[in-house]
Amino acid sequence: MKPITDLQPVEPDSVFVKALKEGLIAGALALGLFCLIVGFRTDQNIRNELVLNQRWGLLTIFVLAAAIARFAITYTAPWREERKKTKRAVAEVKEPSAFRRSFPKIGLGLLFTYPFLVILILSISSGSIMGGLQGSLKYVDNFGIQILIYVMLAWGLNIVVGLAGLLDLGYVAFYAVGAYSYALLSTHFGFSFWLLLPMAGIFAATWGVILGFPVLRLRGDYLAIVTLAFGEIIRLILINWTVVTKGTFGISGIAKATLFGIPFTPGPTGFAALLGLPNSGVYYKIFLYYLILLLALLTAWVTIRLRRMPIGRAWEALREDEIACRSLGINTTTTKLTAFATGAMFGGFAGSFFAARQGFVSPESFVFLESAIILAMVVLGGMGSLVGIAIAAAVMIGGTELLRELEFLKRIFGNDFTPELYRMLLFGLAMIVVMVWKPRGFVGSREPSAFLHKRKTVSGEFTKEGHG
Amino acid sequence: MVSEVQKNTSAILRVERLSMKFGGLIAINDLNFEAKRGAITALIGPNGAGKTTVFNCITGFYKPTEGMLTMTRQNGEEYLLERMADFVITKKAKVARTFQNIRLFSGLTVLENLLVAQHNPLMLSSGFTILGLLGFPTYKKAAADAIEKARFWLEKINLVDRADDPAGDLPYGAQRRLEIARAMCTEPELLCLDEPAAGLNARESAELNKLLLDIRAETGTSILLIEHDMAVVMEISDHVVVLEYGTKISDGTPETVKNDPKVIAAYLGVEDEEVVELIEQAEAAGIDDITAAVDLLSTEALHEIEEAHPDMAPAQLIPAAPAKRAKTAAVKKSPAKAASGKAPARAAPGRAAKPTEPEPPIKPTGTIKPGATANALAEPRGGKADRLIVIKGIGPVNERKLNEHGIFHFDQIAAWKKADIIAAEAYLAFDGRIAREDWIGQAKKLAKESLAKPAPKKTGGAK
Repeated sequence: MKPITDLQPVEPDSVFVKALKEGLIAGALALGLFCLIVGFRTDQNIRNELVLNQRWGLLTIFVLAAAIARFAITYTAPWREERKKTKRAVAEVKEPSAFRRSFPKIGLGLLFTYPFLVILILSISSGSIMGGLQGSLKYVDNFGIQILIYVMLAWGLNIVVGLAGLLDLGYVAFYAVGAYSYALLSTHFGFSFWLLLPMAGIFAATWGVILGFPVLRLRGDYLAIVTLAFGEIIRLILINWTVVTKGTFGISGIAKATLFGIPFTPGPTGFAALLGLPNSGVYYKIFLYYLILLLALLTAWVTIRLRRMPIGRAWEALREDEIACRSLGINTTTTKLTAFATGAMFGGFAGSFFAARQGFVSPESFVFLESAIILAMVVLGGMGSLVGIAIAAAVMIGGTELLRELEFLKRIFGNDFTPELYRMLLFGLAMIVVMVWKPRGFVGSREPSAFLHKRKTVSGEFTKEGHG
Repeated sequence: MVSEVQKNTSAILRVERLSMKFGGLIAINDLNFEAKRGAITALIGPNGAGKTTVFNCITGFYKPTEGMLTMTRQNGEEYLLERMADFVITKKAKVARTFQNIRLFSGLTVLENLLVAQHNPLMLSSGFTILGLLGFPTYKKAAADAIEKARFWLEKINLVDRADDPAGDLPYGAQRRLEIARAMCTEPELLCLDEPAAGLNARESAELNKLLLDIRAETGTSILLIEHDMAVVMEISDHVVVLEYGTKISDGTPETVKNDPKVIAAYLGVEDEEVVELIEQAEAAGIDDITAAVDLLSTEALHEIEEAHPDMAPAQLIPAAPAKRAKTAAVKKSPAKAASGKAPARAAPGRAAKPTEPEPPIKPTGTIKPGATANALAEPRGGKADRLIVIKGIGPVNERKLNEHGIFHFDQIAAWKKADIIAAEAYLAFDGRIAREDWIGQAKKLAKESLAKPAPKKTGGAK
């Protein structure tokens, strides 16, 4: 028997060999997984027969992607570990960078100049101002306005979910109430947008209180289910109460918003004619852009102010511990109801804006998926953080819009590849990645509403998500 | 006794006939006590005695099944707490509380925790948010004042340096103090603390004592506390109420309570089998009154203790605190209520109201009470009574009752006839026990022994 010391120590594999091995294993796994799913496809031919197509090229891409990704992850693991350590050591003393601190200001500046920047860039690239104006339509409308509507909705929902900690899965109902308030009252009574905007907010807030009452005693999953049901009830009423809402046909021909009485129409009294500008639909879009920007900023301003008020602190305290709240003499009933009502009010504003922008509303715009997307923005952005939520909304809505543009994917996956179909898949994937990478959302920390010596952000590990 | 409680205007909180039932479980059974204004009242008792349930009833988290809770504020306003919602009790009746398991807003900073506690006055000054939202100066001033008030309390609890840290980041002891400060920010007149010293080390516990005494001295807030830490209870409380199985078993100064045999029995406990046995006995004997059953239990327990440690006095089982004899005499009435309040009126009318000596030592009364047995003596022979508690089944309370009825010696009991037993059982408030436990047999044996040799040295109860 040999003494143990004589045994040759086993050489640990070098990182490269290890990464190669793992890459090969991952490739083999991917081959096994995707061989039948991706490698073969059955199609019908003209004679209605099933034909088996082989797609080895696509399968190769899948397998290679898996193998290379695994190889890269394993190969760079020690280096990343090292980097994490040094980063953590540095982060202890690091103040937030100048960019980070002034990010809200930079963001605001960009938002206010965004339509003109787009027009400027497109004018230069196309060589004519008119071309720039027409080209900017897509960017201002599809990106700018669309994103800002969702930013506003997410900021509104943030009051209910992020601050008060009440999980609301039916937020889109208030959006629908706002939109239908404007649509119905303007088509039947001819009220103007500026009158109906606050009214839509009030109606939605009333519905918020109506929803709030029965769910006051509910928490967590139960609250989520009831609010989800509430959202569906509103949608079903809109579909079935055909006398008033015209059911699935929706309401069309809703009056557009005006700039204090000046309509955005091509006629001689229109905005373009009055200012002597060439006729274009882009003015209305730019007007709408600034309108929703101001509405969204109003939401943010009110949220920021409310957080420093006793009611805002009571919301956050409610999220942390409801029983302790009651022991301090806080009426949790009214506190919850005001949270529901305030959140719903901003949903109503956004809804009436939506109706004015589309000129058409139908129940299809207010499905559960919308609620889920808005909630996902609040969660991804970091509950309670306005900047984080805005970034999440921009990424999620902008991202899905951007996927429509990804023509280059066709060059990789072949001509019959339609990126739009994969939107939701990529969307879900991105959410998983973000949640793994930042479980508390983009901005996980919380800004205190008052301070004695120095404003320090509160790390996300202390804040609670609320019990529903 | 009840009428006496009602007349007392110095009481900040009166608990009268409080009962709380959860289905078949009786958590509190007919509890009466009062907390005096400006005093620290402690509520103690073994685990599961119903202390926190009493708190939850007082602060409105439970609605009591029966009973009246009257809070009298400094300005004379009276509030019936059992009729009010929990948050209104804090807001209007000015009762604040802390929790057994700390309930801070861990994600808010220390300062914010104290600001949330000032919600109601701030809400008013912000014009229910509307004026504040529009930036009216009244709110700005109120907000600055609120921060100043928070700073005052932070200085009190030594947490000024950590004002901007999240409350969840504080060490345990500091969280306890912060919870007290938060409750004080609601400007309460009665502060209810649920085990404030739980989990604190000796130094922190001493700091807590100081903090509580400071609070009382500076703000005049009355304090009601639940505590297991006897060092805290005995040192700072002026008045102690002891609960067991939802019933009050003792009430008085720390000194009297500490020497109460029932309290000692409740804390040291008796074996389960015996409890069952005794409850059965009590049922068989037709005792529907829980207090009487507890009485039975405690006398039994005392015997056990004495058998195990023949030379240890019951008083030594709880650490002694500086004697407050003068004070003891002053509040003699209240413990008497605990001891004899439940004595049956049918046998000895007027006995329930009669103040009795709370301490067990034998004291010749000189007069024999009505209903005494035939062989009763006015005074013990030779001025020295036999130690009747040596007889199994006789506890200090019963011994005192026997003494009051002129029974001082074993031979007296040994000579009891049937009629005597009935008479004795009437004033002792139990039926059939004398025969079942063979007091007479025991007494005969003991009487013989005491003739043979001098009586055993007296250890029980004397101080």
